[in-house]
Amino acid sequence: MNLESVKTLYLAEMARSLRTVLQSIVSPVLSTSLYFVVFGAAIGSRISEVDGVSYGAFIVPGLIMLMLLTQSVSNASFGIFFPRFSGTIYEVLSAPISYWEVVVGYVGAAASKSLILGVIALITARLFVPYSIEHPLMMVLFLLLTAVTFSLLGFIIGIWAEGFERLQLVPLLVITPLTFLGGTFYSIDMLPPFWQAVTLANPVVYLVSGFRWSFYGISDVSPLVSLAMILLFLGAAIALVAWIFRTGYRLKS
Amino acid sequence: MIRVEGLGKTFAGGFEALCDIDLEIRRGEIFALLGPNGAGKTTLISVICGLVNPSRGRVLVDGYDNVRQFREARARIGLVPQELTNDAFIKVWDSVRFSRGLFGKPPDPAHIEKVLRSLSLWEKRNNRMITLSGGMKRRVLIAKALAHEPEILFLDEPTAGVDVALRRDMWEVVRQLRNSGVTIILTTHYIEEAEEMADRIGVIRSGELVLVEDKQALMQKLGRKELTIHLRDPLHAVPQRLSGHGLTLTEEGHALVYTYDAEAGEDDGTGIAELLADLEGPASPSRTCTLARAPWRRSSSAW
Repeated sequence: MNLESVKTLYLAEMARSLRTVLQSIVSPVLSTSLYFVVFGAAIGSRISEVDGVSYGAFIVPGLIMLMLLTQSVSNASFGIFFPRFSGTIYEVLSAPISYWEVVVGYVGAAASKSLILGVIALITARLFVPYSIEHPLMMVLFLLLTAVTFSLLGFIIGIWAEGFERLQLVPLLVITPLTFLGGTFYSIDMLPPFWQAVTLANPVVYLVSGFRWSFYGISDVSPLVSLAMILLFLGAAIALVAWIFRTGYRLKS
Repeated sequence: MIRVEGLGKTFAGGFEALCDIDLEIRRGEIFALLGPNGAGKTTLISVICGLVNPSRGRVLVDGYDNVRQFREARARIGLVPQELTNDAFIKVWDSVRFSRGLFGKPPDPAHIEKVLRSLSLWEKRNNRMITLSGGMKRRVLIAKALAHEPEILFLDEPTAGVDVALRRDMWEVVRQLRNSGVTIILTTHYIEEAEEMADRIGVIRSGELVLVEDKQALMQKLGRKELTIHLRDPLHAVPQRLSGHGLTLTEEGHALVYTYDAEAGEDDGTGIAELLADLEGPASPSRTCTLARAPWRRSSSAW
């Protein structure tokens, strides 16, 4: 592996976040804090416990997952879209670096940023609600796998997008609705049976459920099923990226 | 240094941008690829640099296949694109340092300083790209291409859109690079630029490399014109008294072609006056004259 090239791409992407620190770090942390204030402290105080966990603490994993998914997708998609848009992608394509090294550089940086934000959000949440982490190693594993998987998805979107509108299309119209309907703010046991069945078709349910299990040991679906689903998404994303590079889709004519 | 063998590129829509190109670039030379817009110049260098997939044929860079051994091949190449592409918010120093790292070279501030100074960019090293003029941005692109110490430098229309003074500066930079041992391939519309800079010139038109010549030989051809003398009655051979003019009998004896150096001027001997005088002699063949277009005519304008 060309480590120097990968390191250069990785650090350049991380430096871009520092140049736009308000947009990259402050903004998502602020919006997540608002969720905790509104749903956790204000509304949550009037809602009884869910599966033996206070409502404020119950939504912590879901909110962190919400931020992780949206940030992973937006960071990675913008990271590869911007050089395509500005034309500077020529430099990456003409460098002695393999496609997978390019992916490690861009996706690694996007996932790192999401993880950093996830940790900041966890610390921020502690200011509003008390929570515990029963399975810390599994929590880190879920966090890591989700950040990498959705950063890969963002990378794919950044290559697919031909303009800024398309760049926003998937995060706004797909990721956010799926996350809100994926059990972030409720347990799917609270839904009527029909909607429980429908909800199980939502992939985010498995991510939120597995992540919540690592906190409180409670879940809507088995944590092993959640882990298997994340690995399935990861495999699908890797296969799609491999196809993009094999065909040169939107990168090489 | 670079060998292109049977290279062809047909785009998805069926457009054939390159047609069976064979070309060899020698180590240490300046090679100018000359041709009009859409001729295939940029496509050719894009294929060599790995930006465009070839449809057929192959490219060897210092003996390395640029697809199968892309690391070795690309490490030797620096590319200055035609468009002024850059990250507007990055500083000059960071941008050049990024390019060096991207090509797998460890940080070397002394080398980057040398490159920036040689391109008169040292004072601008802390400026963001967005604050630079077009000419300065083009210099930064050259600095980025040189950051990893390439043996081969591609310059895609390096003087497009730059003023005369800056063009002279660019030419000087290119000369200095050649003197340091870098092989340079540049594309241009301008015959003058090719004449000023290149050791050899390749002419590309509609995706075909129509000729590759040493500059001197090509310039001689560019300076030559043909005078065609159409004959009413055909000849079987060039008359004896006209044999000293180097005439060629064509069109099955109906035309005599006289080739002369247009640069020689009217007074010092294009030889036309002498030829006409000899033609006026006894039993001269009946004739009309046509000043034919030269195969490669020099022009002060672009293609």
